[in-house]
Amino acid sequence: MNVKKWMGLLVTVVMMVSFLAACGDSKDSKSAAASTDTGSKASASKEITVYTALEDDIIAKYLESYKSANPDVKVNIVRDSTGVITAKLLAEKDNPVADVVWGTAATSLLVLDQNGMLEPYSPKGVEKVLPEFKDNQSPTHWVGIDAWETAFAVNTVELKKKNLPIPRSYQDLLNPIYKGLIVMPNPASSGTGFLTVNGLQQLMGDDAAWKYMDKLNENMAMYVHSGSKPAKLAGTGEYPIGLSFGYRAIEEKKKGAPIEVVFPKEGSGWDVEANALVKKATIKPEAKAFLDWAISEEPMKQYNENYAIISIKNDSKTLPEGYTKDPMSQLIKVDLNKAAKNREATLAEWTKRYDAKSEPKS
Amino acid sequence: MRTMSEVLPRSWKEGRGKEAWIQRLSLLLLIVALFIAILAPLLTLFSKAFVNAKGQYIGLANFTTYFETGAFVQSLQNTSFVSFTTACISVLLALVFAFALTRTGIRGKRIFKSIAMLPLFAPTMMHGIGLTYLFGHQGLITTGFFGHLPFSWNVELYGPFGIIVSEVIYTFPQAYLILLVSLAFADQQLYEAAEMLGASRIKSFLTVTIPNIKYGLISSFFVCFTLSFTDFGAPKVVGGQYNVLATDIYKQVIGQQNMSMGAAVGIILTIPAILAFIVDRIVERKQKSTMNAKSMPYRIRPHKMRDALLFIFCCLVSAAITLLILTVFAAAFIKTWPYQMSFTWAHFNFSQTAGEGLQPFWTSIQVAAWTACVGTVATFIGAYLLEKINGYKLLRQIGYFLSILPLALPGLALGLAYIFFFNQPSNPLHGLYGTIWILVLVNLAHFYSVAFITATSALKKLDAEIEMASLSLGVPFYKTFYRITVPICLPAILEMGMYYFINSMVTVSAVMFLYAADLKLAPISIVNMEDAGDIAPAAAMSLLIVLTNMAVRMIYELATRQIRKKSSAWQNR
Repeated sequence: MNVKKWMGLLVTVVMMVSFLAACGDSKDSKSAAASTDTGSKASASKEITVYTALEDDIIAKYLESYKSANPDVKVNIVRDSTGVITAKLLAEKDNPVADVVWGTAATSLLVLDQNGMLEPYSPKGVEKVLPEFKDNQSPTHWVGIDAWETAFAVNTVELKKKNLPIPRSYQDLLNPIYKGLIVMPNPASSGTGFLTVNGLQQLMGDDAAWKYMDKLNENMAMYVHSGSKPAKLAGTGEYPIGLSFGYRAIEEKKKGAPIEVVFPKEGSGWDVEANALVKKATIKPEAKAFLDWAISEEPMKQYNENYAIISIKNDSKTLPEGYTKDPMSQLIKVDLNKAAKNREATLAEWTKRYDAKSEPKS
Repeated sequence: MRTMSEVLPRSWKEGRGKEAWIQRLSLLLLIVALFIAILAPLLTLFSKAFVNAKGQYIGLANFTTYFETGAFVQSLQNTSFVSFTTACISVLLALVFAFALTRTGIRGKRIFKSIAMLPLFAPTMMHGIGLTYLFGHQGLITTGFFGHLPFSWNVELYGPFGIIVSEVIYTFPQAYLILLVSLAFADQQLYEAAEMLGASRIKSFLTVTIPNIKYGLISSFFVCFTLSFTDFGAPKVVGGQYNVLATDIYKQVIGQQNMSMGAAVGIILTIPAILAFIVDRIVERKQKSTMNAKSMPYRIRPHKMRDALLFIFCCLVSAAITLLILTVFAAAFIKTWPYQMSFTWAHFNFSQTAGEGLQPFWTSIQVAAWTACVGTVATFIGAYLLEKINGYKLLRQIGYFLSILPLALPGLALGLAYIFFFNQPSNPLHGLYGTIWILVLVNLAHFYSVAFITATSALKKLDAEIEMASLSLGVPFYKTFYRITVPICLPAILEMGMYYFINSMVTVSAVMFLYAADLKLAPISIVNMEDAGDIAPAAAMSLLIVLTNMAVRMIYELATRQIRKKSSAWQNR
């Protein structure tokens, strides 16, 4: 009886205390939030919000040199896939949250630019960046850091089991023997998906490209959210052929997945991972400084460890790991401006044609 | 029944003026809190469905666009088909399972009971992940244990098959719990009467058992239908190109940031839930009259054949659930399934994946713990005020309605409603947005009803005379509350806390739209990792969640065994 009473009292007290503590805390955090709001005007510094579509597994490494040089600046990274980041930025057009966009598809930044959402700014060292990888206006509206390109990740073990040859070109993928074995990213959410679709359009011309994709759709097992997933699915043999991008396919192979990285014979679609300053009422000096850092020597070296093609002149004569020829020569001729202008229409058409597909293909 | 105020002499009532004032104030506070946490966001959601992205009123245009787009109509059909099939299978399995556990003498009931609850400890993504390792192209069953078995079974997992199997696993425990309660009570006299009239066992099952539990059957069917209709996790993982409404909302809101379209789909998603809610209310009312004072408890009679068959059935169901979870456990430790089947801890190093380290796991535990603490206190006090305070009938009815309203709200719709409501800069509570507290609050609102019902039914068991006795002895109501009410209801209170904790650990639907960049939760990191193709780390994170929930459940069981015995001793005669 005593124990019961005692426990009852104890629980009541604990409940009350936790309840009050929670109320108190929520008030504290509210006032704290309010004070950072007002505080941000006084000492605007010390905190920037960076939107990025860079790969999750490499962001922390990239940021190391920034953090050691700017220990007092808090960087809020908002990471999502290209399509999501683009949609987020567009949705926040009237009241932008981001200070800086970092490592996001140039075709997306061009869309933002066409909406007047970018603040022209030439970061320090912009002259070193090759002209095809940056905006041609001065000051620049966007500056590239590296380029990434379509690659097939092909699981050799699974294809051998099925006695199938390794596909070497876009044309090969249409062969009915590959029906239900291919996965590619949805261009509406994935930057890799968009550059692949755009690459096909600029390579073949609009009509031929849609005809090609109609046929490709017949062989496609499914469309996935990200550009990485097809390479990883190929790596585990779940779907032996993944339309992915160079870095991810090579990375999976390095980790020991039985895949061959194939760069399609016709050439690869590509896009630039680029940075830009977001136009807003108060532009923080730290935002500009971040952009300066983002094309400086140390991060450039880091980008190059992952991506074969970076936006500054690369003197190295040796072929990057995973490539059999100069990666630059693999890229097809792409007009990024045109791609950006047609982005919305292309995605709408693509969604209409292929996303509506409701029955899974066997 | 006469209320307290009628019984008591006038002078007593006047003497309690201060207390009445406290009661009235707390009741008002409760209604205001419920209004802010539930009704106001919901109303905002409804208003947003009728405007376009720029905020102009466009009437039903969002809905007409929705129904004119073939893809959406297809999604609606898909979702209905999947949910209907799931509900049928799930209720059937749960019925047999619950029957075996209540009406037969099979062995191992305790183990079966525990295993049947296991799926509740995992986010629904985990069921999908488990299935990919079983039925995927490199799955254990597809390949016949990598060719070690003489047979293999190849099904097209990605699509309706995968979704339905995941949803059955997800909804089975819910249906089973409802039917367990329905089957637990039966009037032995009815069966004796049936026997005397010469009815066979099968006939008495069909004419006595089934009619007796028909409300339980209806209710569990609707619960299963609604749960799978609104579930997001499983279709995300094994849906393939088979679009359902929940993934449509995700694409609209996250993929295209089309909030008003998301609101429209959110409202469509709410319709079956509201139907289920209404049916459940009707059923609730009717069910009360099935037992009366003259009923005699059911006696299990031995029957070897029946027991043997049902034992095998229970073993199969339990084996299926265990196999799924064990497969996920195994996948979390295997280097590269299926090529390098060596042991590794590497998948638990989430820093190399889209999961952003272990931080989401800790954040999840924090959110779950806060939801459990704050939720239990708030819900119990809320239920107490509505149940035990006399008078203010209208206020209490409003309060009761608001308290059970969340039952009709899918998490996705609630999450969207919260964005619309709390993300307005003009809202004085805007400061909550982007903090951990909005996650706690949305979980509280999401799971409020079930905890509220638990508290209410515990309180209902207490005779109102306890309050009257203390009142006549001049003890203030809050003293009675913590001296008598809380200790007696302790088992229910602890159960509510556990319910809040476990559900907050596994939920993804409501919090998906609300978390700030630095406050990612574990189930959300599973979705992100799955999106990036990091399936093994996603399995590892699922494993952490399941183990945490099992640990919490075990602590709860051990810690409460004593209390349970003591605090319910008065009930045993």
